[in-house]
Amino acid sequence: MYDANKIIPGLIIFALFMTFPFWYNLGAEAYSTPELELPEDYERCIESTEFMRAEHMNMLDEWRDLYVREGYQEYWSELKQESYPMSLTKTCMYCHSDKEEFCDRCHNATAVDPYCWDCHIEP
Amino acid sequence: MKAIYSLILVVALILIAMIGAGAMGMGALFGVIIPYVAVLVFIVGFVVRVVQWGKTPVPFRIPTTCGQARKSLPMFKDKWNRLDNPGTKLGVVGRMFFEVFLFRSLFRNTKVELHQGPHIAYSSSKWLWIFALIFHYTFLVIFLRHMRFFTEPVPEIFVTMDHMDSMFQILSPALYLSSVLILVALGYLLLRRLLVPTVRYISQPADYFPLFLIIGIVISGMLMRYIGAFKTDLMPVKELAMGLVQFSPTVPEGIGTTFFVHLFLVSVLLIYFPFSKLMHLGGVFLSPTRNLPNDSREKHHENPWNYPVKFHSYQSYEDENRAVMVESGLPVEKPLEEKAEEASGDETPDENAEKKE
Ligand code: HEC
Ligand code: HEC
Ligand code: HEC
Ligand code: HEM
Repeated sequence: MYDANKIIPGLIIFALFMTFPFWYNLGAEAYSTPELELPEDYERCIESTEFMRAEHMNMLDEWRDLYVREGYQEYWSELKQESYPMSLTKTCMYCHSDKEEFCDRCHNATAVDPYCWDCHIEP
Repeated sequence: MKAIYSLILVVALILIAMIGAGAMGMGALFGVIIPYVAVLVFIVGFVVRVVQWGKTPVPFRIPTTCGQARKSLPMFKDKWNRLDNPGTKLGVVGRMFFEVFLFRSLFRNTKVELHQGPHIAYSSSKWLWIFALIFHYTFLVIFLRHMRFFTEPVPEIFVTMDHMDSMFQILSPALYLSSVLILVALGYLLLRRLLVPTVRYISQPADYFPLFLIIGIVISGMLMRYIGAFKTDLMPVKELAMGLVQFSPTVPEGIGTTFFVHLFLVSVLLIYFPFSKLMHLGGVFLSPTRNLPNDSREKHHENPWNYPVKFHSYQSYEDENRAVMVESGLPVEKPLEEKAEEASGDETPDENAEKKE
């Protein structure tokens, strides 16, 4: 091979870059989805668990707009046949009172860092 | 037509993933086996291809027309050519840097225009350059941001990139600027092929297919993040991704079909890569017009494939054929044998003239 002294180091850098996740996690404990601390006094969330997992960010976004811009106050849950105040702190955090053991567990694992807490109070 | 074939191919791939992983529940095939095969084919294929190129003899220095040959005439100042036609290693490093990071040769792209009467004009055309640059850099950013699925704990740099990328805090989950920009850039690159007649004429399925494939990857990713029906829970996705890189693969419950479509298209891209024009990722480093210093006048270069070359000089040609040449009246530099000894001494023009007659 010609110019092997340049091509081979180049290929090694390429392979190291492309296999980064394989060697970065070497020696680390096997990953498992973090355990969440669920509310003890309640059975269900305000919507189905699957829905909450995928859609809670969107739901909060809608609540914010409805509350701040349209003046709505209450969210009617079909699932629970109950209405809840559209509030981050007063609703979600009322049941999920330990942010660190709940919201943050998931968010840290997926490197999500909601900026809501710049203004809203953490319980 | 060529565009439509490629589009149909990508749609077929999407359907394969939807049916296979979605309807038939072959999560292990689409979530574990195919991605592993894809990464292996990508890395091994890439290395083999580059080594093949490395075995090809390096051509003689190719001075490009962008700069005058260095030191040819005193009126050409060396400083004009330090980047365009460098004669030093440092200059070549500079040229390669601008080529790889800023696509300098695309920047030089010109457009030929025919003005009224037969007047040809060349004007600069930077659109291809700017959109190609946007496309490649946003792709890199997206690729790096995805490392949040493959690392635990997630290194700070990827988190910072995430923050910067979503800084406008539109929507929730926040809209990434890079996803929007890559779609715009891909749209331009596709429309350029479809709408500019000259480019359309030379476009092949091999040009459309990667474009549609990457557009498919981006759209499936964005659907999965922003659009209700396609959303997926990221916790099992992270578990699957970490299982892959820690060599303890699992296929957890609760991953949406969109994710498998996304992952399958990415796997196809990786497998396709080493066999396609996308290899310009490695090829740009090996372009002879970019990575060789133009020092043919200062240094002696031997061709590396069959040196020393067998040559046949005119002298020996004449030696072999002199008799025949003289007979048929062709001029020769040396006279025929019997007179050769005399001639090898002082030769005057007059003597030569005599012999030719
Ligand atoms: C009435 C109390 C209550 C309220 C109010 C409530 N939750 Fe829940 N939430 C629960 C319970 C109980 C669970 C566990 C459900 C289960 O185990 O299936 C849960 C589950 C969840 C989950 C899924 C966790 C998992 O297991 O993956 C998410 C996400 C979530 N809640 C977010 C929210 C958000 C965001 C809000 C505010 C919009 C909210 N919850 C309001 C009680 C509540
Ligand atoms: C089951 C794991 C899980 C739990 C529990 C959870 N989240 Fe999330 N959350 C996520 C994921 C994953 C995302 C990122 C979604 C994406 O990127 O598609 C997210 C995103 C968000 C976002 C949008 C962030 C952005 O980038 O704009 C907000 C706001 C949010 N979560 C609020 C909460 C609150 C408040 C709680 C606690 C009551 C909570 N979440 C609990 C998994 C979870
Ligand atoms: C710049 C500061 C700020 C940030 C950041 C912010 N909010 Fe708010 N939010 C407010 C203010 C101010 C109100 C109005 C409070 C009121 O009128 O009672 C509000 C109200 C709300 C409400 C309805 C009222 C309530 O009690 O909760 C929701 C829901 C909400 N925000 C969600 C969010 C979410 C989700 C995020 C993160 C994605 C977020 N906010 C980020 C300032 C902020
Ligand atoms: C070169 C390869 C890839 C490209 C170009 C790509 C592109 C994208 C794009 C543009 C998005 C939209 C949101 C964003 O920008 O983050 C996205 C989302 C996503 N991608 Fe990829 N992707 C690639 C590889 C992968 C791989 C290998 C995985 C496997 C884990 C993956 C999993 C996901 C997931 C889960 C989302 C949703 C993110 C969210 O909801 O926040 N992608 N992808």
